[in-house]
Amino acid sequence: MIKIANLSFSYNKETPVLTGIKLEFDRRSTAIIGQNGAGKTTFVKLLKGLLKADEGEILIHDHNVNRKTAAQLARTIGLVFQNPNDQIFKRTVLDEVMFGPLNIKMDKQTAKEKAIEALKMVELDGKLEMNPHDLSLSEKKLLCIASVVAMETDIIIFDEPTIAQDHGGKEKIRQIIQALKDKNKLVMTIIHDMDFVAENFERTIVFTEGKVLLDGDTRYVFSQKELLETACVEAPGITKLAERLGFKDTVITVEEFINLKQTCSPPR
Amino acid sequence: MKRIVVEGLKYKYPLADSLALNDVTFDIKQGEFIGIIGKNLAGKSTLCQALVGLVPHFYKGAYGGKVFVGGLEVKNHSIADISLKVGMVFQNPFTQVTGSKMTVYEEIAFGLENIGVPRSEIIERIDSVLNLLKIEQVKDHNPFDLSGGQMQRMAIASIIAMKPDILVLDEPTSQLDPAGSEEVFQAIQSLSKQGITVILAEHKMEKIAQYCDRVLLLNNGKVVDFDTPGKVFSREDLEEKGVTAPVYTRVCKALGVKKAGTDEYPVTLEEAERVLRGDGA
Ligand SMILES: Nc1ncnc2c1ncn2[C@@H]1O[C@H](COP(=O)(O)OP(=O)(O)OP(=O)(O)O)[C@@H](O)[C@H]1O
Ligand SMILES: Nc1ncnc2c1ncn2[C@@H]1O[C@H](COP(=O)(O)OP(=O)(O)OP(=O)(O)O)[C@@H](O)[C@H]1O
Ligand SMILES: [Mg+2]
Ligand SMILES: [Mg+2]
Repeated sequence: MIKIANLSFSYNKETPVLTGIKLEFDRRSTAIIGQNGAGKTTFVKLLKGLLKADEGEILIHDHNVNRKTAAQLARTIGLVFQNPNDQIFKRTVLDEVMFGPLNIKMDKQTAKEKAIEALKMVELDGKLEMNPHDLSLSEKKLLCIASVVAMETDIIIFDEPTIAQDHGGKEKIRQIIQALKDKNKLVMTIIHDMDFVAENFERTIVFTEGKVLLDGDTRYVFSQKELLETACVEAPGITKLAERLGFKDTVITVEEFINLKQTCSPPR
Repeated sequence: MKRIVVEGLKYKYPLADSLALNDVTFDIKQGEFIGIIGKNLAGKSTLCQALVGLVPHFYKGAYGGKVFVGGLEVKNHSIADISLKVGMVFQNPFTQVTGSKMTVYEEIAFGLENIGVPRSEIIERIDSVLNLLKIEQVKDHNPFDLSGGQMQRMAIASIIAMKPDILVLDEPTSQLDPAGSEEVFQAIQSLSKQGITVILAEHKMEKIAQYCDRVLLLNNGKVVDFDTPGKVFSREDLEEKGVTAPVYTRVCKALGVKKAGTDEYPVTLEEAERVLRGDGA
């Protein structure tokens, strides 16, 4: 769906931020992890056409991003910003979520339906007339997610969706990601929460200093302890515990751990 | 010595229909590292802001009860007075940026200049926090031309540079990479060992379990519990309060293994490893 060749970018022509990125994306749900300042946000802004590459090209559905209009891109690819304050600009919660659909020329009635449906998923449908700026950070984050989900783009990118979320909030986001996967959309998520990565994404890509360090099945990526360390990331807690206890295989979920433990321990 | 005393604190934001804090009472001794946990909207940020005086001085609203921080009664002192004793890192680093400084370096210097720290010491302190938070390489960036994690690191650096007696941190590592998050918790722990009193609101339960001396569990503006991580995370009603225990506690609970000779489940990686090894796997 997306093909990236030899992509390079810098903000000021002096310090390169991304260099020689080569990646392809199919419909597998994908997590992007890596140290602060590695270039993850910059990378997805390039995909969305918000920044222009110095070198290389990005093809989305075989079309060059640079030759697509902003409107065409808006219909194909949705991005939830890391900082909700960069995204929110309407006066009410409902207007905020309707803006995207209206902008891609959905009629008003459909836009409203899509907006309310998305707001239900994040449980903000009781706050339609509230000013978004009066919401808490966790709610603002969920509002921004709803705004992008309502557009029903083929590709959806979340930049650190779980910031400020409690267990319930993460569960809502997990369900949204699952629903999008079921609709056969490409979901890409930048995230620092390794447990969430292990539980939700088939593929994981590790960025470090503007390059791709590791890319593969999430389980495989979390088995690469030394490489992960060089990118300032780590395996999930349960993976670390299993390793310390000498489990041979890389365990990435609590269920796997419990199953393994129960089958190999004598009954008590 | 008690550094923070909160007695029957009740608070309602203007226009809100319910109390954000409802009869909150607790005290904290010097050098303690306290975690505040609770589901979204439980009142964690409001409590943090009540410790630095933003509640009630900035937000106004209805306020009852007493809050003493470093010997000052918050209600009777200005935010400026209180800020000499207490530093706060906000939940969203973006809201903490002054917006008037051209570089990260000047941004960190701002607070220090305000309280009249001598020039040579300002330079020393800034170099030390830039190094501690690993942001030397962006010290000449505009504060808004940073990655999210770098901005959060800058926000923590600005407050630590002020060397307050009491540190209040509201989800300070939500945008940090795992290694950075670990380093920040270690740095905060070492400050607390030097006698600085720390209060930190957080959803990362594994970190709370590993680093905090005691944990304050809030729900709907009320204190549910204030005890050691082992006690709080072993509560049977934790999920009802919207909180999930650390993953290490959850597996041990599912497997039915407690810490030897106690009624508590393990809460850290090390503790879980110890009991599960004993379990004969
Ligand atoms: N507007 C900007 N102008 C100049 N440099 C920038 C700008 N935005 C980001 N940078 C720099 O580009 C690099 C990559 O930033 P980016 O935001 O892509 O990182 P990231 O991987 O998303 O990090 P984080 O995990 O902290 O969000 C960083 O070193 C950052 O300081
Ligand atoms: N500025 C404000 N004006 C009005 N009500 C507010 C304001 N800030 C918070 N509240 C309300 O006060 C209550 C407590 O919110 P608070 O932000 O303290 O919770 P929290 O535990 O920090 O949540 P989170 O985990 O989402 O950060 C909530 O009902 C919230 O809606
Ligand atoms: Mg980023
Ligand atoms: Mg909060």
